[in-house]
Amino acid sequence: MSDKIIEMKSVNKWFGDFQVLKDVNLDVNQKQKIVVCGPSGSGKSTLIRCINRLEEHQKGTIIVDGNELTEDTKNIEKIRAEVGMVFQQFNLFPHLSILDNCTLAPIWVKKMPKKQAEEMAMNELKKVQIADQAKKFPGQLSGGQQQRSAIARALCMEPKIMLFDEPTSALDPEMIKEVLDAMVNLAKGGMTMIVVTHEMGFAKEVADEVIFMDEGMIVERAPTKEFFANPKSDRTKLFLSQIL
Amino acid sequence: MSKINFLTPDKDNLNTYLYTGSFLFFIAVFDVFLSSFFKINITSFLPNILSFLLPLILGIIGLHLIRIEFSGIKNLDLLNKNINTSTFNAVLTLLIIFTIIKSIPPILSWFVLDANIAGDSKEACTGSGACWTYIKIWLRRFVYGMYPNDFQWRINISFILLVALAFVGYFPSEKLKKFLTLYYVVIYPIIAFILIYYLISGGAFGLEWVETGAWGGLSLTFIVSFFCLIFCFPVGMFLALGRRSQLPTVRYISVGFIEFWRGVPLITVLFMSSVMFPMFLPEDFFMDKLVRVIIAISLFEAAYVAEVIRGGLQALPRGQYDAAKSLGMGYWKMHIFVILPQALKLVIPGIANTFLALIKDTPLIFVVGLLEIVGMLNLAKTNPKWLGFAMEGYVFAAIIFWIICYAMSKYSYNLELKYKTER
Repeated sequence: MSDKIIEMKSVNKWFGDFQVLKDVNLDVNQKQKIVVCGPSGSGKSTLIRCINRLEEHQKGTIIVDGNELTEDTKNIEKIRAEVGMVFQQFNLFPHLSILDNCTLAPIWVKKMPKKQAEEMAMNELKKVQIADQAKKFPGQLSGGQQQRSAIARALCMEPKIMLFDEPTSALDPEMIKEVLDAMVNLAKGGMTMIVVTHEMGFAKEVADEVIFMDEGMIVERAPTKEFFANPKSDRTKLFLSQIL
Repeated sequence: MSKINFLTPDKDNLNTYLYTGSFLFFIAVFDVFLSSFFKINITSFLPNILSFLLPLILGIIGLHLIRIEFSGIKNLDLLNKNINTSTFNAVLTLLIIFTIIKSIPPILSWFVLDANIAGDSKEACTGSGACWTYIKIWLRRFVYGMYPNDFQWRINISFILLVALAFVGYFPSEKLKKFLTLYYVVIYPIIAFILIYYLISGGAFGLEWVETGAWGGLSLTFIVSFFCLIFCFPVGMFLALGRRSQLPTVRYISVGFIEFWRGVPLITVLFMSSVMFPMFLPEDFFMDKLVRVIIAISLFEAAYVAEVIRGGLQALPRGQYDAAKSLGMGYWKMHIFVILPQALKLVIPGIANTFLALIKDTPLIFVVGLLEIVGMLNLAKTNPKWLGFAMEGYVFAAIIFWIICYAMSKYSYNLELKYKTER
């Protein structure tokens, strides 16, 4: 239960001269749900984008499921196939139907037979309650439906870890709930999740631990209840007082 | 009637204005029509300048009178809204109508009424219009070039087969559909090459050898355009990808290649392909003139295609790359399934533009001695028996090129509609 699936050791990253990640250490155990919060520009997104190497880190080591992230492209592709990601802007493929969006990677990356991939995709779409939209194109769906499709698409790769990069920030308020519901269900199913979000209600309901980041550093990491009840650092207190 | 203010037409006297206005407008058009078609000037009793301007004046007054806003008559409102919003627009409308009426008789007379098509020599052309006899007699040469008459069925058959094979893509079974791209990008060009090589060139299967120097006319236009289109597209695509590659070597080679070919005129490229290129080849190595020309044009156009496709690649949001990568797709899978389908869809108009330019560039191959349709025209117009018919020839070529290009542009427009998806 307590074996580490993600290990980040003193990870540093610069965008030009600007240091976005400063000596970040982060261990995540299997089936752990972690919410990352913090002001914008604090490096939250960069942190989780480093986990599947959408961003390269310049110093330190990141080990995902026993594989260290290096230049080795094959290794990176292997890790990416095990780490699902959901984006703020959904990033569905607009030229493919929802079903094809979901089956594309299983068929071509995991070499799954088409029939099996479609069955699995329909199953995942059912779980997020948009099975009836499978034949439509992304442009024909609402934001909430698109984001749920994106979650289903990531799940079709049967990932061990799911990363969420502000999944509800681009949504209309009334659609946020349907996406959060899908994420809560996923959490109950025992998925390892790292979620960057400002939805503190979601954090209280689902997260095991909450991480607060500021200026590229992890300022505080605490179990959820403790984090909200008595935050230690002043910076965290200030942040919480502003958003709660 | 005395209440009517003639300067500002209004709705209350709609009918009066409408009839007077239409009548004046009709008179104006009729006057121009008579003078244009029958050379009758019904206003010859007036001073010259007035007689000349009368239709315009009458027309302006007529259009002014029928310019009634919200008349309630649908067609009248439509007319006023589109071509009769102000006096200036009315003048433009009238001038356009008059120009069209004026230009119909001379065009009609040159093309049809005073033209000749009978007979089989220059002497048959007696009228003042076009001499289509010239086109008729030379048609075979314009289409097939110097290709021997007895073997021209070989060109016909190979073209028919090529067209038939191109339509294969419309009836594949579900199972074969995924091989369609492979078919069009790899298999079809190879089949096309073999067909052209063995059927048109001959030299095997009991077919007599016809050297490429004898090929020409419209069929050569088609052959050159066809192969150049097929080759320049994939090459351009790889160059576009290469230019955005992470690997410096690939990137610099692509940039250098593109900038080199875009910087030199096509005519120079063709000239070099025929004169300089053979010098670099080993002595016993022979490459046909036509092949060299096709390669040269393909590479030249590929540089343009590459830049057009790069525009499409740059228009895609970064999120598409991120999403594809996060699903574990490598470089090629990401580009084949996610990036290129979207980018190519965006650049269909640009690609069509480049392809049209390519087709219209083919006449330049005359510099290496290959005579496609325009080349054949130039040859025919200097024939001592047929001097003086350059005009007919060029009009004929213009019509042919226009038909080809218009068909292509229509096709590209249909493609755009077909692949239009909401974002």
